[in-house]
Amino acid sequence: MLACSDLSLNRGGTQVLRDVTAVLEPGTITAIVGPNGAGKSSLLMALAGLLEPAAGTVTLDGDDIADLSPRGRARSVGYLPQSSDIAWDVAVEVLVTLGRMPYQDRRREPVDAAIAALDLEEFRNRPVSCLSGGERARVLLARVLAGEPQWILADEPLAALDLAHQLNLIDHLKGCAKDGVGMVIVLHDLALAMNFADRVLVLDDGKLAAFAAPQQALSIDVIERVWKINAEWAGKPGRHALITQVHD
Amino acid sequence: MNRATLIFASLLALLIPLSLLAGRVWIDPFGGVQATPNAALILMELRLPRAVLAVVLGAGLGAAGAAMQGYLRNPLADPGLFGIAPMAALGAVASFWFGALLPPIIAAWSLPAFALIGAAMAMLLLALIAGRTSSGAGGGIALFTLAGLMIASLAGALTALAITMAPNAFALSQIVLWLNGALTDRSWGDVWIAAPLTLAGFAVLQTAARNLDALTLGEDAARSMGMDPRRLLILLVAGVGLTVGAGVAVAGIVGFVGLIVPHLVRPLTDRMPSSLMLPSALAGACLVLAADSAVRVLPLVTELRLGIALSLIGAPFFLWLLIRMRRGNL
Repeated sequence: MLACSDLSLNRGGTQVLRDVTAVLEPGTITAIVGPNGAGKSSLLMALAGLLEPAAGTVTLDGDDIADLSPRGRARSVGYLPQSSDIAWDVAVEVLVTLGRMPYQDRRREPVDAAIAALDLEEFRNRPVSCLSGGERARVLLARVLAGEPQWILADEPLAALDLAHQLNLIDHLKGCAKDGVGMVIVLHDLALAMNFADRVLVLDDGKLAAFAAPQQALSIDVIERVWKINAEWAGKPGRHALITQVHD
Repeated sequence: MNRATLIFASLLALLIPLSLLAGRVWIDPFGGVQATPNAALILMELRLPRAVLAVVLGAGLGAAGAAMQGYLRNPLADPGLFGIAPMAALGAVASFWFGALLPPIIAAWSLPAFALIGAAMAMLLLALIAGRTSSGAGGGIALFTLAGLMIASLAGALTALAITMAPNAFALSQIVLWLNGALTDRSWGDVWIAAPLTLAGFAVLQTAARNLDALTLGEDAARSMGMDPRRLLILLVAGVGLTVGAGVAVAGIVGFVGLIVPHLVRPLTDRMPSSLMLPSALAGACLVLAADSAVRVLPLVTELRLGIALSLIGAPFFLWLLIRMRRGNL
């Protein structure tokens, strides 16, 4: 269980999160959504134990995440940042092997499994500079998978992907959740959150606006209140599309 | 052991005997020690300590360069960026001022001792700054680098001040000559100062190597993989401080080695900082040993200073790097 309780966070002298409380279940996909600057990435980093709360706590299976050793925390929580910047032009396999760092080993099995899970076999020895944006995003996710964490916290992992690759990656994420991994994903696309997440956490200006099943958390009322747009859902469960119109 | 380690270890094994034979007096390897007058003396008291010192100096600078480039995630980073080398140089320059005030038995070692004190002061300052900047809130590396640049700039200004106010013309020429870096007339005493410190520094940098790999994906990703930013910073300051401080203490300022060497090594490895560390040390040893042997045999009136020779090689190389970066090949 990954949970935050009355979590407040300051960054650069500004309060970015205020009294956020949520309990995230393993084996589920939780989408964090909200307008720009709502505090989504900050919440994700705080849940990963990478930002120190100004108030409140983040707990992992009941233990304060701040009390865990950096390596112990890394073994439980895999974090995929928004940036896909890679400093050195390393081969795919070398990069994925970095995922083993929390264990201080270079075990082949989890690395091979992560490469296979994200269909990266043919790129195994290719330098990352020769990959497309989508392929690179898959490699970076494979790096997290190679660490076999109980939780995967990913900041907009679908942003650089075309539609087909988005769906492909979502399938992989769902597969991980099925295997018991808790997935927490920052998303911008509300339709993706509606269709694929088990729970949706809506942030508005650093405050929790909703945390529930997608149908409730992304109701038209909430969308109009938080994003200040006219919108309506079309389609059927699992295949929803959001039809929007900006306020005059 | 990777390919680069094997290549540079083999090259070093070839260069060491060549370096021992080369100089103003060439030693005939097949004629035995009798073939060249004073061959044994030249070998044991001049060439061998100088060769060992070149290997130690180059290895320290090469490894420190690889670590700095890994830490700053920047192929243009250099061990000098932390301000440790300029502070060590400032310490050494101070010894020209204050060495004469010390008892003769201590005064003989005042230069390396003052240089090491300068390096230690830089490390202490950096450790104090590290305590304030690398709090895990991100941006620590950039702030820390700027602090290092500030220390380097301050040390440079104070060194310039010490030069302009030199007590006499002899001291002035000694300071300037020393700052240009050289291994001329070094003894086993210098080896015993530099070698253990460089070895200790290399060992410290090796323990930081895997954490430097994690930084390939940025500071946040590295922290999420268990990298402790403060511990890494302390290891890096200690490792670079020991290797660079020891180098400056016995040889003066020798630039560009830490910048160039990782670039020579990187294409032969998987490009991760941890894979670069040992081969960079070996390649640095090769470069300094080759350059020091070359300055000995160049037909000049006075021996070209090692620091100048390496800067003459390094500056065009740096330009070539910039052009490659502009073309996106780096």
